[in-house]
Amino acid sequence: MTTETTPVPSAPASAEPEMLTGSGAIIRTLELLGVTDVFGIPGGAVIPLYDELMTQTKIRHILVRHEQGAGHAAEGYASATGRVGVAIATSGPGATNLVTAIADAYMDSVPLLAITGQVFSTSMGTDAFQEADIIGITMPITKHSFLARRAEEIPAAIASAYHIASTGRPGPVLVDITKDAQQNLAPFIWPPKLDLPGYRPIVKAHGKQVQAAAQLLLAAKKPVLYVGGGVIRAHASAELLALAEATGAPVVTTLMARGAFPDSHPQHLGMPGMHGTVSAVLALQESDLIISLGARFDDRVTGKISEFAPSAKIVHVDVDPAEISKIRFADVPIVGDAKDVIADLIIAWTEVAQAGASDTAEWWTYLHGLKEEFPLGFTEPTDGLLAPQYVIQRIGELTGPEAVYAAGVGQHQMWAAQFIKYERPNSWLNSGGAGTMGYSVPAAMGAKVAEPDRVVWSIDGDGCFQMTNQELATCTINKIPIKVAIINNSSLGMVRQWQSLFYDGRHSFTDLNTGHGTAMVPDFVKMADAYGALGIRVTSKDQVDDAIKLALATNDRPVVIDFIVSPGAMVWPMVPQGVSNSFVQYAKDHAPTWGDE
Amino acid sequence: MTSHVLSLLVEDKPGLLTRVAGLFARRGFNIESLAVGHSEIPGLSRITILVDVDDVPLEQVTKQLNKLINVIKIVELDVSQSVQREHLLIKVKVDSTTRSQVLEAVNLFRARVVDVATDAVVIEVTGDSGKTQALLRVLEPFGIRELAQSGLLAIGRGSKSITERVFRN
Repeated sequence: MTTETTPVPSAPASAEPEMLTGSGAIIRTLELLGVTDVFGIPGGAVIPLYDELMTQTKIRHILVRHEQGAGHAAEGYASATGRVGVAIATSGPGATNLVTAIADAYMDSVPLLAITGQVFSTSMGTDAFQEADIIGITMPITKHSFLARRAEEIPAAIASAYHIASTGRPGPVLVDITKDAQQNLAPFIWPPKLDLPGYRPIVKAHGKQVQAAAQLLLAAKKPVLYVGGGVIRAHASAELLALAEATGAPVVTTLMARGAFPDSHPQHLGMPGMHGTVSAVLALQESDLIISLGARFDDRVTGKISEFAPSAKIVHVDVDPAEISKIRFADVPIVGDAKDVIADLIIAWTEVAQAGASDTAEWWTYLHGLKEEFPLGFTEPTDGLLAPQYVIQRIGELTGPEAVYAAGVGQHQMWAAQFIKYERPNSWLNSGGAGTMGYSVPAAMGAKVAEPDRVVWSIDGDGCFQMTNQELATCTINKIPIKVAIINNSSLGMVRQWQSLFYDGRHSFTDLNTGHGTAMVPDFVKMADAYGALGIRVTSKDQVDDAIKLALATNDRPVVIDFIVSPGAMVWPMVPQGVSNSFVQYAKDHAPTWGDE
Repeated sequence: MTSHVLSLLVEDKPGLLTRVAGLFARRGFNIESLAVGHSEIPGLSRITILVDVDDVPLEQVTKQLNKLINVIKIVELDVSQSVQREHLLIKVKVDSTTRSQVLEAVNLFRARVVDVATDAVVIEVTGDSGKTQALLRVLEPFGIRELAQSGLLAIGRGSKSITERVFRN
């Protein structure tokens, strides 16, 4: 192979450029961009690419069982490290199977490079076998996309895609490459010229605006730092810690930002939003100054927007100008990279604070009171079954903050966000914006590939697990020993909770019959066994620790623990949809009767 | 809601129009008219969009458009600071008794007849929407058989160009 006879990656200055097939150019480009791992599955339109992947040695290709798995694995890989995740699929259905993961990456700003095969350029537009207009299909859910119809276009397309995916506000970028472009020969010229005159992300903030933010902070009696996932994407945790400690302001971390600020820190009030802590919800709601750092005022955080934080002025820091004042008017808009802006804000604060800042003691007394009165907690289920919160809490306690935790979507996701204590960024992976059931197992797999020395837990639900568990085969075959905790309440738990609270307990089509007192189809322990994983079933509290410890000690294969938990457990606190955050309910017993939601 | 004229400088790439139009559709903004053509710089096109939207959503749509990688620059063109023109082709029914009245209207509006048949004429008119709408009202009683209309075109007054600052750096 040409790729092996020429080990020097950059073309020597004097020689003619090396001739590579388009497929060879894809691989060489990825190599030169520093990509070491890709997730994918071959099909007709990417056979030329796979033919060359077989013989190269620099990139590890993980053969997944479903393209959605490749997409979420690439997301998990990216979210655990901040590096770009790469997923490969064939044309048509292969590409459309990536769509959910691409949408997920778009909502959560995950740097994802999706490479899809396309039918021959001469057949495009003829409804050829396995043809789909994947660029058209993904236009609303990608940051950008490229079509390469000729081998010559490939290096620039992939390098541009990689650049766009990983800079500014990160996001998914798709490169669609025709089969003939993969097959044909072209001179490989590196580095390619990136021709992106319309792409200029703003990273350095306006100095005046930063000064204005510092002045507002100085005058604020009830400030709060509202921290979103952007702080994690910007690798700005150290700066955030410094800002928080310099200003003494309380900190809340959204679902996407869990781990951006240590849970053990005394200034941390926890997660705000629909299932946030009472202190975090009310800190935002009653503050007089919200400094939003890489957050986007999602409806799950703000509750009824017209009644959100009525007395607060807003400083909104975001690398994406379109987020600022999209939902809530920003008194001080700051466009820039969170890492740089926070660093600038610390300097500005230090200068103005010498004059003496407002006294926030009263604010803190109030917040401490809330924290003490309404700590996160749960009650034992009345049906005698395991409390799911207990299981998740013990996983966190026995595994510790150095691990990576990837959740699916639903009740278990909220409990994992609440009851595991996060101390470092990139340790918590979940599908926040899109709410993609099935995210967890493949995302955990991707994280484990990226961070092989860390313990990686998939905290999953019985519903979610049944959407993407085939990647356990990938994990077993490729020696990716993730640990899966199925929080098995035998139902689509979050929907069931809403049915219990808002639909008169009419549990319409939410029973999955996987848990206690049911037919238990499928049997998750047998399923684990069939996949070559260690399967463990836990039905009582006294078995919980032993099972977790056994899982932690087992590293030669994946582990699946089927925790049979109570279907009656609910996620609390809760702000019902469509009402003001002032109506946060600590627990069901503390809730007045709700009308229609 | 008020009408705003946005002028976009864009890279002439496949799918560009889909990206722009799709963005309007999915964010719930209404395009009243759209005109696309080459700019004075090879490889760059200019899109003029007339959008009916309040000020706050206008800011949002402008920001979202700016995020499109192939969009290089957006300016809003104020009516007083720009020249704005529509171009219409109107086929009007005529007979021996109405022909002279129609031709009189054409002359009054400084429009032109570009095709003549025994029972119809095709009229070409250029102007701002006030003028073109007025002409249509005058012609309506005679019977408008067919109407084709360009999107609004607009360009800033004075010597400045929206492209010059883009390429200064």
